[in-house]
Amino acid sequence: MIKAILIFNNHGKSRLSMFYQPYSEDTQQQIIRETFHLVSKRDENVCNFLEGGLLIGGSDNELIYRHYATIYFVFCVDSSESEFGILDLIQVFVETLDKCFENVCELDLIFHVDKAGLVGAPARAVSAVKNMNLPEIPRNINIGDISIKVPNLPSFK
Amino acid sequence: MALKMVKGSIDRMFDKNLQDLVRGIRNHKEDEAKYISQCIDEIKQELKQDNIAVKANAVCKLTYLQMLGYDISWAAFNIIEVMSASKFTFKRIGYLAASQSFHEGTDVIMLTTNQIRKDLSSPSQYDTGVALTGLSCFVTPDLARDLANDIMTLMSHTKPYIRKKAVLIMYKVFLKYPESLRPAFPRLKEKLEDPDPGVQSAAVNVICELARRNPKNYLSLAPLFFKLMTSSTNNWVLIKIIKLFGALTPLEPRLGKKLIEPLTNLIHSTSAMSLLYECVNTVIAVLISLSSGMPNHSASIQLCVQKLRILIEDSDQNLKYLGLLAMSKILKTHPKSVQSHKDLILQCLDDKDESIRLRALDLLYGMVSKKNLMEIVKKLMTHVDKAEGTTYRDELLTKIIDICSQSNYQYITNFEWYISILVELTRLEGTRHGHLIAAQMLDVAIRVKAIRKFAVSQMSALLDSAHLLASSTQRNGICEVLYAAAWICGEFSEHLQEPHHTLEAMLRPKVTTLPGHIQAVYVQNVVKLYASILQQKEQAGEAEGAQAVTQLMVDRLPQFVQSADLEVQERASCILQLVKHIQKLQAKDVPVAEEVSALFAGELNPVAPKAQKKVPVPEGLDLDAWINEPLSDSESEDERPRAVFHEEEQRRPKHRPSEADEEELARRREARKQEQANNPFYIKSSPSPQKRYQDTPGVEHIPVVQIDLSVPLKVPGLPMSDQYVKLEEERRHRQKLEKDKRRKKRKEKEKKGKRRHSSLPTESDEDIAPAQQVDIITEEMPENALPSDEDDKDPNDPYRALDIDLDKPLADSEKLPIQKHRNAETSKSPEKDVPVVEKKSKKPKKKEKKHKEKERDKEKKKKEKEKKKSPKHKKKKHKKEKEERIKGKKKSKKQPPGSEEAAGEPVQNGAPEEEQLPPESSYSLLAENSYVKMACDIRGSLQEDSQVTVAIVLENRSSSILKGMELSVLDSLNARMARPQGSSVHDGVPVPFQLPPGVSNEAQYVFTIQSIVTAQKLKGTLSFIAKNDEGATHEKLDFRLHFSCSSYLITTPCYSDAFAKLLESGDLSMSSVKVDGIRMSFQNLLAKICFHHHFSVVERVDSCASMYSRSIQGHHVCLLVKKGENSVSVDGKCSDSTLLSSLLEEMKATLAKC
Repeated sequence: MIKAILIFNNHGKSRLSMFYQPYSEDTQQQIIRETFHLVSKRDENVCNFLEGGLLIGGSDNELIYRHYATIYFVFCVDSSESEFGILDLIQVFVETLDKCFENVCELDLIFHVDKAGLVGAPARAVSAVKNMNLPEIPRNINIGDISIKVPNLPSFK
Repeated sequence: MALKMVKGSIDRMFDKNLQDLVRGIRNHKEDEAKYISQCIDEIKQELKQDNIAVKANAVCKLTYLQMLGYDISWAAFNIIEVMSASKFTFKRIGYLAASQSFHEGTDVIMLTTNQIRKDLSSPSQYDTGVALTGLSCFVTPDLARDLANDIMTLMSHTKPYIRKKAVLIMYKVFLKYPESLRPAFPRLKEKLEDPDPGVQSAAVNVICELARRNPKNYLSLAPLFFKLMTSSTNNWVLIKIIKLFGALTPLEPRLGKKLIEPLTNLIHSTSAMSLLYECVNTVIAVLISLSSGMPNHSASIQLCVQKLRILIEDSDQNLKYLGLLAMSKILKTHPKSVQSHKDLILQCLDDKDESIRLRALDLLYGMVSKKNLMEIVKKLMTHVDKAEGTTYRDELLTKIIDICSQSNYQYITNFEWYISILVELTRLEGTRHGHLIAAQMLDVAIRVKAIRKFAVSQMSALLDSAHLLASSTQRNGICEVLYAAAWICGEFSEHLQEPHHTLEAMLRPKVTTLPGHIQAVYVQNVVKLYASILQQKEQAGEAEGAQAVTQLMVDRLPQFVQSADLEVQERASCILQLVKHIQKLQAKDVPVAEEVSALFAGELNPVAPKAQKKVPVPEGLDLDAWINEPLSDSESEDERPRAVFHEEEQRRPKHRPSEADEEELARRREARKQEQANNPFYIKSSPSPQKRYQDTPGVEHIPVVQIDLSVPLKVPGLPMSDQYVKLEEERRHRQKLEKDKRRKKRKEKEKKGKRRHSSLPTESDEDIAPAQQVDIITEEMPENALPSDEDDKDPNDPYRALDIDLDKPLADSEKLPIQKHRNAETSKSPEKDVPVVEKKSKKPKKKEKKHKEKERDKEKKKKEKEKKKSPKHKKKKHKKEKEERIKGKKKSKKQPPGSEEAAGEPVQNGAPEEEQLPPESSYSLLAENSYVKMACDIRGSLQEDSQVTVAIVLENRSSSILKGMELSVLDSLNARMARPQGSSVHDGVPVPFQLPPGVSNEAQYVFTIQSIVTAQKLKGTLSFIAKNDEGATHEKLDFRLHFSCSSYLITTPCYSDAFAKLLESGDLSMSSVKVDGIRMSFQNLLAKICFHHHFSVVERVDSCASMYSRSIQGHHVCLLVKKGENSVSVDGKCSDSTLLSSLLEEMKATLAKC
């Protein structure tokens, strides 16, 4: 089971967080901070697995993360998940975001939190990804209502 | 109205949307909190408006703020409003907000029930989908109970998109409402075979998640999963199933045996690392569960270890990490096979990735032996020097100590070496683990008596260099070591070479900069030291020297008296007075040494950490009973009239004084505690370690210790531990030489051996005797301590409730609560929605009926499978019995196949339990010669029609090793052996094992049979190399495989009504056979037919029974067996007449033997 999905940037600013277990807001923020401290200390080219911090940790859980450009994607999972599987899942998730936003960058996540969250939701319904096809992005749903202009800022990627 | 709408949308234009909010927050970096609180105020205003779009926008912003850590629980009601919006885009925002902020404590959540139910049954799949997704995050027990049935209905939705989500959310429902598991389980199981791969994998996921927690309830699904595993090509599903099998195998070793082969195949064939890794993991789990008595799996272990080695050698850090992780699992059961990769593990210590280094360290822990401990620790020590970053260095330090001290210092052969390692570790700067080193020093010095002399010399050297330690390391914990050093020097001061020197070192002014508790130990041990010096001097008659020491004490102690630490001050002033008193006595030439050292007489023994807890309460002692009668104030309270209103008095009925006493007692204890807490003079119990000064039970108990003279006892300064490594090598070499000598003197040695202490560490198989004959004192435990192991299970574990037997048939009372339409109507849904709801709920009812039928079918199938299993089990038993040459009397009370689940059937299969049957074996002799004996059993394959599995047991009867065994079978037109890809018909198939003398093992081969209606024989040859001391010879053994028709039958249960239908149908041809001269009881006769010909009894009336079986190709075979006097007639009906006649012939042969 995936316990939480945390997305934050190189400075620990939370960009998207989904918790699949109830935590109070304070605890959530603390978990994010703690996770950031654990993850940010690590070099590139080291392995992507971490024993969890104290809060979301526990003996059964571990953190699996990937670092893309300025953003960390951290999945907190328990031992019933395959480590490699989750790594692939993160990859798929990012690819999905990329498809959604066409060349996704941090700003997309900042300004389209709601959309990204929705992309995340089906990505979490792991089954979709388990076919190893990219999940069908709910494009067929009319998202038009929340049409947003992306501010013309230099891409972070 | 229109005007209002226009006004609404104009309002919206000026509202901030989420993007504006985000932008705003970015623009107000300095006063973010202020800006956000301002925004929240705006949001509150927006939420008050009627326009749903405005509300949705506000909730959307709140969702973002929640993510930033702001509490939005106050808006819960508004979120529900947005959830119930009819427009999907709003609804979605509402559910997203709910999924993030709702939890079990949210009180308005009960308002959502009807809304969610409405959404679940909405005609739009996206409405349903978003409701399911949201619900999965905030489902509560109440919601789960109320909605379980709706969700279960959705599991059979026409759209896979919904089915998938419904299946997944069922897991959450089970967690919150465990009662729903049993009613929903059949449908969940059905979804394992859903045509949509997404739904299928969702079901696999849910069941895996459930089974992980309570694996035993899901064992019956193993065949189904096994089928999925062999058929599925979806790696994700495979991974899950393989993980599940990992959880199941510890409970069912037979499953493990079955799994090994397909898993090893997967390991060989797959290119996906993730799958490979999980396969290896599960193989490891299987091997662990089989670890006892399955020596032939060393090949599998080797395979795993090899594959893991490849992973570890990979440049990808992730592979490396997981490889090490899996390796550590193997280590637990098969340390030998991992130890050969020591080089690799040590190499990983140099890795730049800390996680990998830590994993490698974990592995090292299990890899040490007496032989390599020194080498490994030496390597670690070099890493300690190199390591950057204190956390890793600290980790190394703790690991070194862990490795050395594990299982009571089992692997340490030379404690001098260990002490010097500890001393070297004290040079680490900035470590937090000073107390760990100190604890080790104390532990070793106390428990290993032989080492005390050496330890004391080292510790005094440490104390001497204390200025070095104290100045630079006060901040970090290393000065804790001085605590140990001071104590050891004091307690074992008789071993000190230059006690005077040490005493001076301990009285240096610098010492006062140490932390209080260390100073306190210093003060205390200074006196011990002083006492022993005094005794020495007096014995030597140096009165002046003794006085000089006393003077030194009197001069230096005042510095401690001024200490700010209470403990130090107290001890110091006490001791100062004592010493002054001694000084006076010395001035009068009174010998005082005796009396002073009497202060510290006795031996300290280590006490086990749990000793205190385990002291049993003596019989008849009630710790809660009053020692003296309580004072009369409680009685007087009773008499007071107002006491009636006193709460505690009310609970104290007079006729139950004992309970009242307890309550009163608790109250008083509390009061006493209060009083004590407020009383500054009360000395509270401190958790200080228990020290017991015993009356020495006799010096003769302390073993006389011989110290190896090859080790110099007096080591000047701090020794380098390396020298011990060299010394150790020399010593081992010498030991080897000595051993040869010793062999001659064995008799003498045996006499001596009796004197050895029983608690000596047993010599390892590596024949390395410890350098010192060390007496490791075991920790003291109170007499008759109770071996109590605490229950580890957490009673609050949410998964405990899901420990439900799923195989019991459903009772009516277990149906899921179904909500009536009344509920749907009470929600203010538009009228037109109602019929839709009705339609929806009608449909599933029909489906349910169908579903129930299916269920029954399933049930049957399951039983079939189980029955198939059970005779096999029986066979295995027999095999063992045969091998062990145990007469079957004990085991003859075997279970008839499937007797447990066949409880509902009129007649049970085979023999009832009371009747004894001679043990039988289905393994028939194939061929034998002086080297090898072959026996075989042919079984129909469970999965494939027209395939049979031939299990051949090979037993080596010679004294040579049988190697390179190959089986070549001449295929016929009808039967072919399944050979590995790429090998031709004429090639032999290798037997996957070797046979040492006297060992037997089983190999399985699959044959494909075209037509099963007639029996047939295949010729074959087993060729092998027999190797013994004289040399190797090629040998051959011819055999004939006899495929009888019975071996194509699979024991299948059948209900009598189905059986009757089958007979009535008239498509069966008939034949019969009669055998005379049978004296065996009918019961046993039936059992024989069941066993040898794979039939099952359908019904039995007196001496008449109907039996049924099925062939692997689906032929039905029905028998009517009648027993007359001394004769048995068998009438058979079968869909294939040839098959029937061959079968009856075989049966005749069997019966004739009776």
